[in-house]
Amino acid sequence: MQLAFQASGFFCIAVLGGILLMLLWNSIAFFTDVPLFFFLSGTVWQPENQQYGILSLLVSTLLVTIGAMAMAIPIGIGTALYLAEYALPVLRNWLKPAVEMLAAIPSVVIGFIGIVVINPAIMAIAKTSNGLNALNGSVLLATMALPTIITVAEDAIRAVPQAFREASYGLGASKWATLQKIVVPAAYPGMIAAIMLGIGRAIGETMTVLMATGNAIAFPKGMLSSVRTITANIAIEMGEVPFFSTHYYGLFATALVLFIISFAVNFAAEKVTAHIRKFQI
Amino acid sequence: MKTHVTERVPQAMLLLAALVVAVLLVSLGSYLLLKGGEVLSVDFLTSIPAQGMTAGGILTPIIGTVALTLITAAVSVPIGIGAAVYLSEYASDNWLTQIARAAIRNLAGVPSIIFGLFGLTIFVQGLQLGSSLLSSGLTLGLLSLPYIITTSEEAIRAIPRIVRESALALGATQWEVIRDIILPAATPSIATGVILSLSRAAGETAPILFTGATFYLSGNSVGLMQEFMALPYHLYTLVTQHQAIEQVQPIAFGTACVLLLTVLLLNLAAISIRRKYMPSTLL
Repeated sequence: MQLAFQASGFFCIAVLGGILLMLLWNSIAFFTDVPLFFFLSGTVWQPENQQYGILSLLVSTLLVTIGAMAMAIPIGIGTALYLAEYALPVLRNWLKPAVEMLAAIPSVVIGFIGIVVINPAIMAIAKTSNGLNALNGSVLLATMALPTIITVAEDAIRAVPQAFREASYGLGASKWATLQKIVVPAAYPGMIAAIMLGIGRAIGETMTVLMATGNAIAFPKGMLSSVRTITANIAIEMGEVPFFSTHYYGLFATALVLFIISFAVNFAAEKVTAHIRKFQI
Repeated sequence: MKTHVTERVPQAMLLLAALVVAVLLVSLGSYLLLKGGEVLSVDFLTSIPAQGMTAGGILTPIIGTVALTLITAAVSVPIGIGAAVYLSEYASDNWLTQIARAAIRNLAGVPSIIFGLFGLTIFVQGLQLGSSLLSSGLTLGLLSLPYIITTSEEAIRAIPRIVRESALALGATQWEVIRDIILPAATPSIATGVILSLSRAAGETAPILFTGATFYLSGNSVGLMQEFMALPYHLYTLVTQHQAIEQVQPIAFGTACVLLLTVLLLNLAAISIRRKYMPSTLL
């Protein structure tokens, strides 16, 4: 019986290893056809012309993610601070589960909102003919990253010992001064971890960006241009590509880049949380 | 004591952030429920798509999603709970266990589209299962694993040590302790985690894109080795791939509404299980 349990315990190592091997194996097949340098430095992704540059896809991914974080970080951290420090228990008990429920909404439903709500809104406000662009994707990804940021940051803020606050009040500091000088610095690593996890969630998201960013395959010019992220590109092209062609392997190479980025982001978040645990009183 | 303006301004800004989130939640939910509610009916849920999906209901994708979720559960629940039992009851804190834990954490962060590629490589091509319900279910099973393991392990760890020790002291073997004491006591919390993980898997689209989901299926036949329609994929194709945008939009709203309601109901079920059983499991 113990063996069965043990096997399940180690199954995840096999799956993660398998994913890594699959990505590496197919990427190596790709790099025998296309030099790594051209892949990483090329800005044009046109498989029909043997152009396999990842830069425009990568920059699009980063642009949409950065845009999302510009919205999600202030709102998310602000909400976490409010819920942890100011909100009445009644409000907190309602808003927190509601936020968690937001995390459970399928990404395709969020993408649908991007098409039917955000798209016409952007067209009206920015006076453009197409609201399916990087900005649209950013708004949606911000919505999807918010629950992660709020939940993790709020936990970090609440984990700051009450004695810290009381000592500060005892010295005559006001609530806001205490929050600014004591609570936030103490919860800082947890808040960074929250942001990193939010970025991780946004960067690997496929369906919302696929539906809302327009998917034009060009180097992005700004938030109002139609962009195609790495994830959306895989989703669009994998369905049509002939198996085991250079193009097919190329999609795995872009997936490997995505895997490395999200791995790095999650790893950083994990290091930060491990650091907190080490220094917790 | 009068609150100074330097106190009230920051507080108001934080409140504003929280309000933005609250308004976002309420407007998003009510918009979808209202727009979808116009279409929602028993008829809509129980009739198959008709006239090139511009009419009829969503029965076929509902059946597909239910079947898919059952396969996902069949894969991820036994392995996930098994792994959780191993990690909390058997594993010693050595390097191998640490690697297993790191693998679980990292697996939870792997983008879902990469699970789709993995499913394509391993199940569709490698094991020759083809583009099928089975391939997609296995893929989603792997995707759900880390969540089920994490929540189940937490549930099992929440059972006080003294419960185990008393059983062992009475002469029970470790397997008997797990089977008769630990698992029954942890079942409500494990169920909560399982429900939430499966509701997440049921809403996933990216992993089933190239492993078995299909645009349209005539009739209601479900087969392990067949392609299938699924609710999230149905919504995606309706709003992005269909020519008659205006005609399919009500159906799209209905589908989005059903997806949202499913998630809401599963979440509420999970919460109520937690509320109902939590006190007794904590002893």
